[in-house]
Amino acid sequence: MANRREFIKISSIGAGGLALAANTFSWSKGMSFADDLLSPDKKGALRTPTYCELCFWKCAGWVYKDERGEIKKITGNDDDPHCNGRFCPRGTGGVGMYHDKDRLKKPLIRAEERGKQIFREASWDEALDYIAEKLGKIAREHGPECVALFTHGSGGKFFGDLMKAYGSTNIAAPSFAQCRGPREVGFLATFGELVLSPERTDIRDTKCLVLIGSHLGENMHNGQVQEMSDAIDKGATIITVDPRFSIAASKSKYWMPIKPATDLALLLTWINLIIENEWYDKDYVEKYTYGFDVLKERVKPYTPQWAYGITGLKPEMIYDTAKAMHDASPAVIVHPGRHVTWYGDDTQRSRAVAILNALLGSWGRRGGFYYPEKASLPDYPHPPYPKPKRTWRDAFPGKFNLANEVLSTGICDASIPNTARDCTFKAWLVYGTNLIKTLPERKKTLEAIQNLELLVAIDTMPMEITGYADVILPECTYLERYDMLRTNPHREPNIALRMPAAKPKYDTKPAWWMAKKLADKMGLGDYFAWNDIEELLDWQLKKIGSSLDEMKRIGVKKFPRQYDDLYFWPDQDFIFNTNSGKIELYSTDLEKEGFDPIPKYTPHPEPPEGYYRLIYGRAPMHTFSRTINNPNLVDLMDENTVWVNPKVAKIWYLENGQEVYLQNQDGVISKFPIKVRVTERIRWDSVYMVHGFGHSNKKLSRAYGKGGSDSELISKVMLDPVMGGTGMRGNFVTFLTEKPVEEEVAS
Amino acid sequence: MRYAMAIDTKKCVGCSDCVVACQTENNVPIGYCRDWIVEVTDGTYPQLEIEIRSERCNHCENAPCVRCCPTGASHYEDGGTVLVTHHKCIGCGACIASCPYDARYSHPDGYVDKCTFCLDNRVKKGEDPACVSVCPTKCMYFGDLDDPNSDVSRVLKMRKWKTLIPEAGTKPHVYYLI
Ligand code: SF4
Ligand code: SF4
Ligand code: SF4
Repeated sequence: MANRREFIKISSIGAGGLALAANTFSWSKGMSFADDLLSPDKKGALRTPTYCELCFWKCAGWVYKDERGEIKKITGNDDDPHCNGRFCPRGTGGVGMYHDKDRLKKPLIRAEERGKQIFREASWDEALDYIAEKLGKIAREHGPECVALFTHGSGGKFFGDLMKAYGSTNIAAPSFAQCRGPREVGFLATFGELVLSPERTDIRDTKCLVLIGSHLGENMHNGQVQEMSDAIDKGATIITVDPRFSIAASKSKYWMPIKPATDLALLLTWINLIIENEWYDKDYVEKYTYGFDVLKERVKPYTPQWAYGITGLKPEMIYDTAKAMHDASPAVIVHPGRHVTWYGDDTQRSRAVAILNALLGSWGRRGGFYYPEKASLPDYPHPPYPKPKRTWRDAFPGKFNLANEVLSTGICDASIPNTARDCTFKAWLVYGTNLIKTLPERKKTLEAIQNLELLVAIDTMPMEITGYADVILPECTYLERYDMLRTNPHREPNIALRMPAAKPKYDTKPAWWMAKKLADKMGLGDYFAWNDIEELLDWQLKKIGSSLDEMKRIGVKKFPRQYDDLYFWPDQDFIFNTNSGKIELYSTDLEKEGFDPIPKYTPHPEPPEGYYRLIYGRAPMHTFSRTINNPNLVDLMDENTVWVNPKVAKIWYLENGQEVYLQNQDGVISKFPIKVRVTERIRWDSVYMVHGFGHSNKKLSRAYGKGGSDSELISKVMLDPVMGGTGMRGNFVTFLTEKPVEEEVAS
Repeated sequence: MRYAMAIDTKKCVGCSDCVVACQTENNVPIGYCRDWIVEVTDGTYPQLEIEIRSERCNHCENAPCVRCCPTGASHYEDGGTVLVTHHKCIGCGACIASCPYDARYSHPDGYVDKCTFCLDNRVKKGEDPACVSVCPTKCMYFGDLDDPNSDVSRVLKMRKWKTLIPEAGTKPHVYYLI
């Protein structure tokens, strides 16, 4: 059967796609780009405020233009607690996103021409009418609950509001099930609180920072990297657990080169040692925690000698590091990590991390975890949202009850028709996330896509997912648009403004405009009752004692804290938001759902002979696949390599720079070759590569075919039964030194 | 006045922000750079060490590039910075060959270019060079060696440091804290 939805290369559209179509753009009244909007810096140079969209850290900064009015550079805003005036390389190179000539330029609609599927250019009206009509039909025939939104990025908020007005609450951020979900659920179960973003880790004042697989520095989470550097200055002890000698490991007093997949064994042993040696904070544990005695009993078998056999880490090192944590407590952080969907028992591993912090008394203490606060903005008045009859949860009766966000992979699964399942999804809106690379088990994603009646992709760049869309809506970049104010929690509540520094290039539009227009066409205009976003922002800002004009001048505004201190005092009475009102070392939530109330170690499968565990991570100059075509950032790193230990290289006769194909345990072969980097920095039982490369959309002139894609090799998922996270570190690869015979490759 | 830079290899994470910030600040064309990152790994698993350095022109006190320049385009300026006057440069490349640090490149517009310590565009206005001001780990220090209270003098007093290829006798003004 021919694919109903073939992958279309956008390069097949005519040169007309490149034409500027400024005439179709109706910029609303009162919006100008004249320099009178810009505020001068101390030196008198003109600048526009923004917050960065190259990753989720959302650093606030200033955009400067050159004499010709072209965007020249972006720097951090000194008043911004996310960045303290310093952007990371991606943020600094954000200009490249604006200048990239491969950007999406016009709305596109899938059509058939002489038996061949193509994208044809459309006007905004036509594209939005098409979507409105399809969504109307789906609502009538199946109910609006059968539509889902996948979102990653600021503008997704407007499409989320549209979804809610339409009658669907299936709004999924893949960053939950594919990334940070387990830690949020694990910490929620323990402390009754989320870790949040930016993380509430008080790194700048810590005396001991424990990183478990988390490679700060390569993982350029700006504020955390800055604070880690401050901590190094102040002589903090850093302990890094990683099978790879990461940059963070190289800055550490203790690098623990752990055997992959055994982290939970180490954590439980640390817990045991800290209890055995009475290195825990007795008053804290007594006053604030629940289930200590059971915990003490259950972790007894986890001795350093036992752990040595499992993790390969010397007992003395395990002991010394436990002692170092104790010595630093309560100014110690066992970091919750961010991308933690590894082996399917990730919620339990995150629980062990949380328990360790609780025993050391670091939660709510200086140098441990602080209590962040968020500036709250009023919602613009709108009619109440309809109550959906069903949600994604109905597709998984009795399962994943502890997932506190929507599961992207759950929606994907529930899009594949199945007699056992209610609520088969009929349409996806995909905002700013390249699902083809984001979701594991690509075969499943493609199958789900084939069964959709409508797939809309909203993006700035042609991505793999846009090739499967029925309609593509080209968004202008963050440098050309307004978004909602940034209100992420921090030590001090604060807000940041993003405003356009330049007119949108090509025929692109901001998300707020698209969602509002679509709402009008769908008869949902009352939910977007403001005339344009400036009016909305000004209304919100005036309610909290600021104004759009003020924010245009200052970019970031801080507010006094409403609640107490960043930390709680030694004897302060404190009721935690858990069933017992205490920090739950023994989780009553997990017990109720039928899971281990105290984490247990279970071994995970190991690579078969000749195969190596596939580990992936980040490079400081890229954010997944979304920056992979940015000319400035490609200049810093244009392809990834597969890291191979010299011992392994010898067995396979591999040399530095040699190209290989990788094949995984299920026979999946990488589409593109990847160069070998022979390095001592990786264990002999694993290989490593930076995520996001190996792009297969030809329209990305700089990224196409550069390097290898880890995600295409992740065909096996170790599902976290607690919250539906997709563990992705259980895939094993081997090397093919010859180009494999080309079979029919589905793109 | 002697301008100098000190870079803390213990804090640098090799992120390349200094590289891209220099490119956008100084209109360095894509594909070229005035500063770059060097990562040196030593040892065998698991006994390993990494040194990361953000490198650039060392603004040598005894600069072979200045000595060999036939037109005088390469010259010393305020604070001992070594600069190239673009319109005087004939692009012969003698300086490129003479620099032990490979710090210079041929600009596509026909002259030789390299790090200027952002002397005219930033330092003279009282700002730090672009790379120093953007570095997320705050691992770079800039200032006047003749001023004992400058960031750079203070950090060089407190910490162990080295310069690159000292045996070349160039007397570099970029120091690495080790
Ligand atoms: S960390 Fe870097 S990419 Fe992320 S928001 Fe900040 S400057 Fe942008
Ligand atoms: S910006 Fe700073 S941390 Fe990043 S590579 Fe340059 S010197 Fe190192
Ligand atoms: S580093 Fe090279 S270019 Fe710079 S002053 Fe020294 S010799 Fe000249």
